[in-house]
Amino acid sequence: MDSVRSVYTTPSSLTYSDLPWIIQHREDRCTLCGRCTSVCPVNAIYLTYRRQRVPKLDVLKKKRGNEYRHFVGIRQHTSIAKKCIGCGMCSSVCPNEAIGPVPNTNEHRTVFHQNQKGEAWKRGGRRNKTGATILDRIAFDRISMLTDPALDAGRHEFNLNTILGRVLPPEEYLRRKAAGEWIPPTREIFPFIIGSMSFGALSPNMWLGLLQGVAYCNEVLGIPVVMATGEGGCPPWVLKSPFLKYIILQIASGYFGWDEIIRAIPEMQCDPAAIEIKYGQGAKPGDGGLLMWFKVSKLIARLRGVPEGVDLPSPPVHQTLYSIEESVMKMIQTLSMAYSFRVPVYPKISGSTSAKSVLNNLVRNPYAGGMLIDGIDGGTGAAYNVSMDATGHPIASNLRECYLDLVAQGRQNEIPLFAAGGIGKNGNVTQNGMALIMLGASGVHMGKYIMQACAGCLGNEKGRCNVCNVGICPKGITSQNPKLFRRLDPDDVAQRVAETFMAIRTEMKKIMAPLGRSQSLPIGMSDALGIDDSDVAERLKIKYIC
Amino acid sequence: MCRLALKSSDTPFSPYEVLLAMEAMQEGYDGSGLGLLMRGVQFADFKYERGKQVILSGIAHTEEALHRLNGLMESRGFEQKYDHEFTVHPEMIEAADRFKYIVRVYKKPENMTEVEIEDYLMHTRLFLRRDGEEHGGDLTVFSFWSDVVMIKEVGWPLAIGDALSLDDNRITARVVMAQGRQNTNYGINLYACHPFFIQGISTMTNGENTAFVPIKEWLEGKKIPGYTGYQSDSEVFTHILHYVTRRLKLPLQAYKHVITPLKNEELDVHPQGDFLKGLRIACRRLIIDGPNAVIGTLPDETSMLVMDAKKMRPATVGGKPGTWAIASEMCGVRALVPDRDPAFDFQPMREHTVIIPPDRKELLIWTQFDPFTLPQAA
Ligand code: SF4
Ligand code: SF4
Repeated sequence: MDSVRSVYTTPSSLTYSDLPWIIQHREDRCTLCGRCTSVCPVNAIYLTYRRQRVPKLDVLKKKRGNEYRHFVGIRQHTSIAKKCIGCGMCSSVCPNEAIGPVPNTNEHRTVFHQNQKGEAWKRGGRRNKTGATILDRIAFDRISMLTDPALDAGRHEFNLNTILGRVLPPEEYLRRKAAGEWIPPTREIFPFIIGSMSFGALSPNMWLGLLQGVAYCNEVLGIPVVMATGEGGCPPWVLKSPFLKYIILQIASGYFGWDEIIRAIPEMQCDPAAIEIKYGQGAKPGDGGLLMWFKVSKLIARLRGVPEGVDLPSPPVHQTLYSIEESVMKMIQTLSMAYSFRVPVYPKISGSTSAKSVLNNLVRNPYAGGMLIDGIDGGTGAAYNVSMDATGHPIASNLRECYLDLVAQGRQNEIPLFAAGGIGKNGNVTQNGMALIMLGASGVHMGKYIMQACAGCLGNEKGRCNVCNVGICPKGITSQNPKLFRRLDPDDVAQRVAETFMAIRTEMKKIMAPLGRSQSLPIGMSDALGIDDSDVAERLKIKYIC
Repeated sequence: MCRLALKSSDTPFSPYEVLLAMEAMQEGYDGSGLGLLMRGVQFADFKYERGKQVILSGIAHTEEALHRLNGLMESRGFEQKYDHEFTVHPEMIEAADRFKYIVRVYKKPENMTEVEIEDYLMHTRLFLRRDGEEHGGDLTVFSFWSDVVMIKEVGWPLAIGDALSLDDNRITARVVMAQGRQNTNYGINLYACHPFFIQGISTMTNGENTAFVPIKEWLEGKKIPGYTGYQSDSEVFTHILHYVTRRLKLPLQAYKHVITPLKNEELDVHPQGDFLKGLRIACRRLIIDGPNAVIGTLPDETSMLVMDAKKMRPATVGGKPGTWAIASEMCGVRALVPDRDPAFDFQPMREHTVIIPPDRKELLIWTQFDPFTLPQAA
């Protein structure tokens, strides 16, 4: 027997019931195949031999002694580095349903210790805030029923596309057309856009699958889906392929990948869909991109023009700029010029109370092709927990304010606003997106939803998984390790992309038909919206319903 | 649902004829009101001179409002030439606060260019409207333009015609538009009743414009004087027509391309596809939605009819050289021009714009797939 005094404990000593996920293992079912331990991305579990002492007293023979039972079982590590992340891979590979994580319903202790060695908590994923979002709670309540014949979502024709790029006021369009002057480039695209996730953050198989799916949507299904690269460029074979037209190339403060892009321009078969200049993102406003060393593989290093295996933090701002006026002037104009003014260029900013001032600058810039606002619920491959959870502005009111600002100036047709950050967070992707469109967005970008729906990402807002930053993604979505990403078949991803967009298209019609809308996307149709919270209704200038 | 009727004839006729046609179409409408617009007006008691005089239409709901109106018109330099006194049977009117139905002829302002006069007339109308609103709605003004008379009232259309003795031939006109319903979907407001009017341009619509709010917000944002009101979702149709023809100075055919643009695959093969694709993008906030038949008239006595992009509303045009009619129901056309050959009646489809030109010799049926002449190189 051990004495109590000798039990070793440190401030960060935890037991399994202190962890966010507790592994339940059923010895009576376990076949000791070892699949769970080998699949676990964080080595949270281990196979171990145990000995159990059974005291034995034989009264008749007046003998005392012990018997020992030996058994084999799975145990859970309790160190912070190896805590279970609840991904559930162990359950999915177990042949006998003998093992699985269970969420700790009590408070858990790890949050107090996620700063070992003075390192603040970094992770991937999303803002860990659960529950229905404001967008989830918006209802489409203006139904064209007896006042007029309703539309048939199944049989009528719907125009669902949106415009990306600067739109001239009609007077100016006619003047320039007559004078043969430059008309800003525009693209007609599907309003649900695959938001920027970099080649680097995503595995090559994920990227390939997305691109294949996007191409299929465009060329076979007739849904003009576009996808945005994050920072970090684009594989050269894509740059020189006819698929480039489905891609929004992002340039961010690290300028990673742009050497490759610029070098490829002479060989490009077509123009990209657009150029996105990233000034900020919703998950970590005021912070640059971050690709942690785990993921800087040989291929990524080549694309980005950096050595292998080093952290790649982008600066928080574009180093060449010191003011918004300058950024608007210089970068937008320069990038427009790079493509001879044939490609729309627009900035992406984090949701912020300062969004309106950026917008007002853009309005005065004849080359700005739109504005993307990424709200606090946006996801990321890697960021500090505190940035993800507590920094930024929710998208709904931010977008609405910007839209109403344009309305007041009569410019709402000119600078299309795009919204991102938490669209489809709880699965209601079309409802969330259409709510934002009716609040004034011309379209929405979605990232996490696509990873979840099209690649089976396991992350959620209760801290499940979210280890996208360290290259151990158990599904092979955000890893550069071939052993992991070969788990993801690009063809399967492509198929899911097609299925997802087909379903979104149907749901869009199911929302628009009862509203009596089919001829154009109901951008700014705020009279169709209601919410069961009078404060929110007042803030968003929509109806309060209960 | 609204019932619409329009008649255009070389010889002036009584507006009561159109009310009788509305009676023929009575089955499908609630008959809650009447909106009437007349052009090519002739008064039995006064020789109206189109080039030299303008007409104010409205209602003074109180004596005080009428006095204020007299003063305001005088202060704005308008010299009254004729005051049309309707023979009114007040007991047949539902509303009690109708002190006087105003149809007054004023001398056209001098020492101004034609454009200045047009703006001055509109600003005066808006000024009077605001004045009425500031005084608890005691003054309602429908139109102030040369050769346009408008009447709007609550009640059964024919009963209103009887109440105002419109059958007495003291007012006749070459073009009459009538619509038989107050906007009962919302609270009743005379300003919400079709037809709507701005600077000589007028339209009335059958159906609901579901894209109303975004279109209205865009038009309001233009800060163009007169783009106000919007008590009815159909008012934007009038303002879009005004915007397209007067502001953008595009031909009437462009209206259809703005409100119901063609699809990509159709524009790909259209001779003006490139221009029209650009126009569709620039004017995309003016794309209408919902089931609509829009009937409009212009200052030169042109009449026109267009449908929504899905042709979800009925409307028929028919007639003979010299006299034409447009109505939401075929029986309306029959009542308006009984001696026409019904075999030549036409029901426009989604791509058509039907135009009755001022000479009324023949109907122009223009399809969106055909090119049209643009003033500038496009
Ligand atoms: S749930 Fe995931 S992290 Fe936890 S033990 Fe199983 S495989 Fe490992
Ligand atoms: S499954 Fe992969 S992408 Fe999804 S949260 Fe886990 S690590 Fe991130």
